Amino acid sequence: MGIVIAIAGVLFAASALLAVYRIVRGPSVLDRVVAGDVLVSTVICALGAEMAINRHTDNLPVLLVLALFAVLGSFSVARFLPKRDRA
Amino acid sequence: MSDLVRDILTGALVLVSAVMCLAAGVGLIRFPDVLSRLHAATKPQIFGLMAVTLDVAVNNLTLATVTLVVAIVLFQALTAPMAAHLVGRAAYTSEHLRSDILIIDELSGRGRH
Repeated sequence: MGIVIAIAGVLFAASALLAVYRIVRGPSVLDRVVAGDVLVSTVICALGAEMAINRHTDNLPVLLVLALFAVLGSFSVARFLPKRDRA
Repeated sequence: MSDLVRDILTGALVLVSAVMCLAAGVGLIRFPDVLSRLHAATKPQIFGLMAVTLDVAVNNLTLATVTLVVAIVLFQALTAPMAAHLVGRAAYTSEHLRSDILIIDELSGRGRH
């Protein structure tokens, strides 16, 4: 079980770092929105993994709220993006 | 279910969701433009979520947990495509895509609104 925790931790950290790299470097606003979405879903999966491993469901509602935030974030940016935002 | 089986199942599902998230991260880096990055962002997101929520359900099969898990997955499955569609439209209207790698541009004739 310890190995699983180590591997999952490394994988989650790597994917979060990649998402942050895309947020920093992303040429356009939309790249950052997409990377933000990936970052939030990585956090959701990490939280869920922690809950699964330690056999408790205390922060299950946190998952729900995080999922809502990720989606609302991309909704708002995509809706109010200026028409001629150059990449 | 015996404890060993649950351990293995939990470990496997956690690893599946971790690999999915890694695929999303790598996809973000490797893909050339916003639209293809959208693929990388949304697919693993829903599968990772499913793996994790299934995991939580496997561990404590109370009714409250299962309903909340189903609610989360349903909510995410409904709204993630909508968000991706909106981002895709915004990317298209503000010319974020590289038309050299597009195979068919179905919206080209219909004028940019």
